[in-house]
Amino acid sequence: MTEATASAQGLAKTSRPRSLVLEFLGRLFREKPLGAFGAIIFLILLLTGIFADFIATEGFNVIHPLDKLKPPGGEYTYFDADFNKQTGTYLLGSDQLGRDVFSRIVYGARISVIIAFSATTLSIIISLTLGLMAGFFGGRIDMASQRFVDAWMSFPDLIILIVAVSILGPGMWQVILVLGLLYGIAGSRIVRGAVLSTRENMYVHAAQTIGASTPRILLRHILPNIMAPVIVLFTTRLAAVILAESGLSFLGLGIPPPAPSWGGMLSIEGKSYMFLAPWLAILPGVALTIVVYGINMFGDALRDLLDPRLRGGGGRYGGGKPRNKRRT
Amino acid sequence: MQTYLIRRLLALIPTLFFASIIVFSVIRLIPGDIIDLMLSENDFGASDRETRAQITEALGLHEPIYVQYLVWAKKLVLHGDLGNSLWQDTPVIDDIKARLPYTLELGALGLFFALVIAIPIGIYSAIHQETLGDHVGRTISILGLSIPSFWLGTMVVIMPAIWWGWSTPTGAVPFLDDPIRNLQVFLTPSLILGLALSAVTMRMTRTMMLEVLRQDYIRTAWAKGLKERVIILRHAMKNALIPVITLIGLFVPILIGGTVIIEQIFTIPGIGQLLLESVSARDYPVITGIFLVVGLIVIATNLVVDLCYGFLDPKVRYDD
Repeated sequence: MTEATASAQGLAKTSRPRSLVLEFLGRLFREKPLGAFGAIIFLILLLTGIFADFIATEGFNVIHPLDKLKPPGGEYTYFDADFNKQTGTYLLGSDQLGRDVFSRIVYGARISVIIAFSATTLSIIISLTLGLMAGFFGGRIDMASQRFVDAWMSFPDLIILIVAVSILGPGMWQVILVLGLLYGIAGSRIVRGAVLSTRENMYVHAAQTIGASTPRILLRHILPNIMAPVIVLFTTRLAAVILAESGLSFLGLGIPPPAPSWGGMLSIEGKSYMFLAPWLAILPGVALTIVVYGINMFGDALRDLLDPRLRGGGGRYGGGKPRNKRRT
Repeated sequence: MQTYLIRRLLALIPTLFFASIIVFSVIRLIPGDIIDLMLSENDFGASDRETRAQITEALGLHEPIYVQYLVWAKKLVLHGDLGNSLWQDTPVIDDIKARLPYTLELGALGLFFALVIAIPIGIYSAIHQETLGDHVGRTISILGLSIPSFWLGTMVVIMPAIWWGWSTPTGAVPFLDDPIRNLQVFLTPSLILGLALSAVTMRMTRTMMLEVLRQDYIRTAWAKGLKERVIILRHAMKNALIPVITLIGLFVPILIGGTVIIEQIFTIPGIGQLLLESVSARDYPVITGIFLVVGLIVIATNLVVDLCYGFLDPKVRYDD
């Protein structure tokens, strides 16, 4: 018994980062069951996106001209490789071209995952660069960049997106670039705020005193200590990016067809056939809602567990403006 | 207060300057030359150099970009002139003026519904913390945050039509022409617009109420034997709602952005529709104008909200 504990302790010592993660997961499940539920939804989305090829029953653009607008559970016939007649069911129906809605939604998850992760990663990189510079150097750089961010943030997200995408044209990388830039600039505020408070810590002054270089201070002393708000920012942005992409695609400015973006499916198929085939409008929206709900729940739990300062409200004393919460 | 106001107004200048630069330069990056579009529209070949040069000069597009910016800015500041639409040749400001009331009404009603839905639920949730009602309220709140408004809007259009053969009334009329008809048309879209914002407001209300309810003066009020209703409504709510007022300033850009989608679904001829139309027509001056007007509205409302904040909360001092 004692040996086992001793060896467990030894193990915990040697693999400390892992045990931190495990400990965190334990806390997540114990203290925030809904957040854990959200994390599971998030994981399912990820796996669906990664393994879309195996989950989907066929390609996202396989057309069955005879099976247009079959309701969910509707039967269809097809000929296999040996030209034998086979029958199957459309789990979630088929669309106006006879494409399997289930497969399209599964591939839609892949698009959401790709865009969410690339755009969010890009935005975090931009936020970190701008925020670290403005927060750490202060002075004129800070003044100018903050006025710029002010100006940038006085334009509604969606309107910037519409105009920017209309410049670059619709397409996956354009959407990623624009969303990354949009949320990156907005998020630099949060990073800057975190840097401002971290900068004043004694250990930063100590590092400066012993002559550590600025990059070293930024990367080794400040960056690790602002990771909590950055991780929370990352998670909440994922949901925002997924929503924004689907909104753009809904307006016909995001991912062009035939790629199965959830927002685009809702708009093109859903709106045109909404009375004949309401499931075409309902299903992508349900998928979208579940995913965003899950990520929001997970992000909320992360916020509570990692960063009590961000727990909503205008700060402990009620006087501070909740600027940080702007685009979350 | 006065010095604060002056300082706030001075700080606006760089913001406005950056905003105008963003608007102007971003818009000029739009590819798909307007002249090509105009020429093909009028059956001129794109190779017709003379016509092309004439049009370029008439539109002032041959000048260097900073000259174009200065011309544009000078007109704007001195005459409030946003230029003319490249297609209709009508003043942009008139187009915007005609559409803006719809968007503003939609936004204002959306804000109204957001607050009316959110504040009572938020207060209830705070008073009954960690009960079933609280959990249900919070879950619904995050759900409200997660449902995309374009999907909800589409559902609200489709579902009643399928179930009861009833659909939301369309065909917006100006409020002053026919108030009842106007409100009928705006009711559903603004409810949907408000719903998403009510989620955030509700969480904010709940958090602030929880914080306020734990303060000493509330305990004193209880000790004095005041009724719960009085404590909640007269003592706690007043303080808890101050940060919620700030949220309104943050909502303005979200509201205006949201109206683009809502207007599209419910075919309301507001600014959002105008923007989508002019983006597909590459009508630079209209896009620029909308961009600028929207930015100005956001900046102005934020200023007003900040000033209200000081008015409502005597703890906030502007002197230092």
